[in-house]
Amino acid sequence: MALDTARITASAPKRSPLHMPPARALTRIGILAVLLLFVLLALPQVLSLYYIDAMTQAAVYSMVTLGLGVLVGRVGLYSLGQVAVMAVGAWAAARLLFATAQPFPLVLLEAGLITMVAGTLLGLPALRMRGLYLALITLMLAGAISVVLATTNFPNGGHGFLGYDSASAHVPAIRRPGVAASDPAYFRYSVIIAIAMFLLVLVHLRTRPGRAWAAIRQSESAALAAGVNTTFYKLWAFALASFMTGVAGGVMAGAVRYLYSITFQPQDSITLLAVVLMAGAYSLWGAVLAALLVQLLPALLNNWGVPADWLTILFGLGVLQALTTAPRGLADQVPKDLARLAGLLRRPARQSAPPEGSSR
Amino acid sequence: MIEAENLTVRYGGVTSLDGMTVTFQSGTCGLIGPNGAGKTTFFNVLSGFVRPAAGTVRAFDQDLLAMAHYRRARWGLRRTFQTEQAIEDLSVFDNVAMVHEHARLGGSSRRQAVLDALAFVGLTGDPYATVTALSAGDRRLLEVARAVVGRPRLVLLDEPAAGLPEEETAHLSEVIRRIPEHTGALTIMVDHDMSLVSACCQTTAVLDFGKLIACGPTAGVLRDEHVMRAYLGTAEV
Repeated sequence: MALDTARITASAPKRSPLHMPPARALTRIGILAVLLLFVLLALPQVLSLYYIDAMTQAAVYSMVTLGLGVLVGRVGLYSLGQVAVMAVGAWAAARLLFATAQPFPLVLLEAGLITMVAGTLLGLPALRMRGLYLALITLMLAGAISVVLATTNFPNGGHGFLGYDSASAHVPAIRRPGVAASDPAYFRYSVIIAIAMFLLVLVHLRTRPGRAWAAIRQSESAALAAGVNTTFYKLWAFALASFMTGVAGGVMAGAVRYLYSITFQPQDSITLLAVVLMAGAYSLWGAVLAALLVQLLPALLNNWGVPADWLTILFGLGVLQALTTAPRGLADQVPKDLARLAGLLRRPARQSAPPEGSSR
Repeated sequence: MIEAENLTVRYGGVTSLDGMTVTFQSGTCGLIGPNGAGKTTFFNVLSGFVRPAAGTVRAFDQDLLAMAHYRRARWGLRRTFQTEQAIEDLSVFDNVAMVHEHARLGGSSRRQAVLDALAFVGLTGDPYATVTALSAGDRRLLEVARAVVGRPRLVLLDEPAAGLPEEETAHLSEVIRRIPEHTGALTIMVDHDMSLVSACCQTTAVLDFGKLIACGPTAGVLRDEHVMRAYLGTAEV
C-alpha cells in the first residue's frame, strides 16, 4: 500500500507553474505578498541609511538583471552591453528631469522608451548572429557608448542638447519625485517600479511572446516551422530588455542624484552577465538574487572591512560552479538542495516509525 | 495538391536534389529513399529552410517558394523534424497552442482546437503537464498534435516513428492514417520503416540521388525493380 502511493506520487505528471493546484498557488502568492510587505514596510525601518542605499541600488539592478535574464535565459541572446544601456537610460532621464517639469513616472517611461530605441539598435546584430560574436559586438558598442559619455558627460543642469555646463560652480542635484524625497521613501519607490517591471515580464512570459521565445531558444528552425517570426520576436526581446534597463537607469539617476560616467564601466556588464548566469537566468528569482549579489554583497563586505575586489574571484568561482553543476543557477539549485536536505533529515524519522499501510 | 518541378538544390559540390519533379495529389503519401537521397532536403525546401538553385513548387495553386518561411505556417504548412522538437520549457497545451496562435486563427476557438488536436493523437493525460514529464512516444505524438492543429493544408512528417517501439508505432500509424480525413490536409511522410509506409500511405514516391525514380500506389512501388535496386544495390543485368 505504502509503496503504491509512493509510486503514484512519483509518477504524477509535473505541472507547469501556471496551472498549479489552487491551494499551492494561493500559498505562493501569500508568501510573496508577505515578503513584499516586509521589504516595503519593515526594511526601511530597520536598515541604516547605508544599507537602504545599497538596497535601492539592488532594486535598480534587479531590473537590469531581469532584462538580461530575458535575453539570455528566455531567448538565448548574450549581451555584454547592459550597463551601457542603463547609462543611456540614466542620461535620458537626467536630461529630461533638468529640462522639463514633467512628473517623475512620466520621465521614467520616456527614458525607458528612448533607451528601448537605442537598445533595439544595439540588438540589430542579433538578427544575424548569436553566441560569442553577438556578445563581442554588444561589448564593443557598449565601449563606444562609454567613450561618448565620458566626453559629453552627464547633464548637470546646463543648456543645449547635452545639458552639460563645465563652468558651473554649483551643480544642482537630480530631482526626485515629491512623494519619495527621503532615502527610505525613494527605496520604496524603486521597489515598486521594479515590481511593475517584473509584472511586465511575467505578462510577456505567460503569453504569446513567452511561448515564441521558448521556441526560439530551443531551436530556431522548429520556431520557424511553427510560424514564429523569429526576427520580430528577437527584436522584441531586445526592446523589452532595453526598456526595463532604461527605466532602471532613470531610477538610478534619482537615487544617486549626481551622475558620473565613471559609474558605468563597460567591464561591469561582463560581471553582470557572469552573476546572472550564476544566480539563474531562467527564473525571475534569479534576477532578484543576481541584483542582491552585485549590489548588496559589496556593501556588506565594505562594512566588514573586506575588500570588495574579492567578489570578482567569488563570482568567477560561482559561474564555474553554476556552469558545471547547476546550469539553471542558484535560484534553481538552492531550493532543490534544501528540499533534498529536508528529505534526508526526515528519512531516519520515517524509517523508525511503522509504515502506514502495515498497521491495517 | 502539390507540384514540384525541376527542383535542384546544391550544397557546395553536392547536388542534393537533382531536377526532382513530383506531384502529390491528396491523402497520405510516402516519400522514401536511401540515406542521402534528398528526402529531408525536399522538406526543407517546402518549409523554406533551403532555397533551391532552380525549380518551382506550386501548392494548391500558390507559389510556395515566394512565401517567407514563417508565413508558410500561417498558410497551413506544418512539419515535424527527425529529432523531435517539443519545446521543453512549455506545457503540453502551450506547445500546441503556440502553433495555433501563430496561424492567426483567432483566440476564441484556441482552447478547444488545442484540446481537439491532443485528443486526436490520443494524448489524454494532463494538458498542463510539462513536456519533460512525457515519454518519448508521447513526445512524438505531441509533435503530430502540433502538426494537425489549426487548419493545416500540408503536413510534412519527417521520420515520425524513429526510435519508437513497435506497439507505439502501431498507434502512431493509425493516427497518421487519419490525418487527411480529420484535417483535410495533404500529408507527406518520410520514413525508413516500410511496414509503416505501407500501412499509412496510398501512394509513395521514391527518391535516389536527388531524382525521382518511382511514384505510384505504394504496393506497386515497393515491388518496383528500380526501387529494389536503389535500396539493396542489386547488380545491373
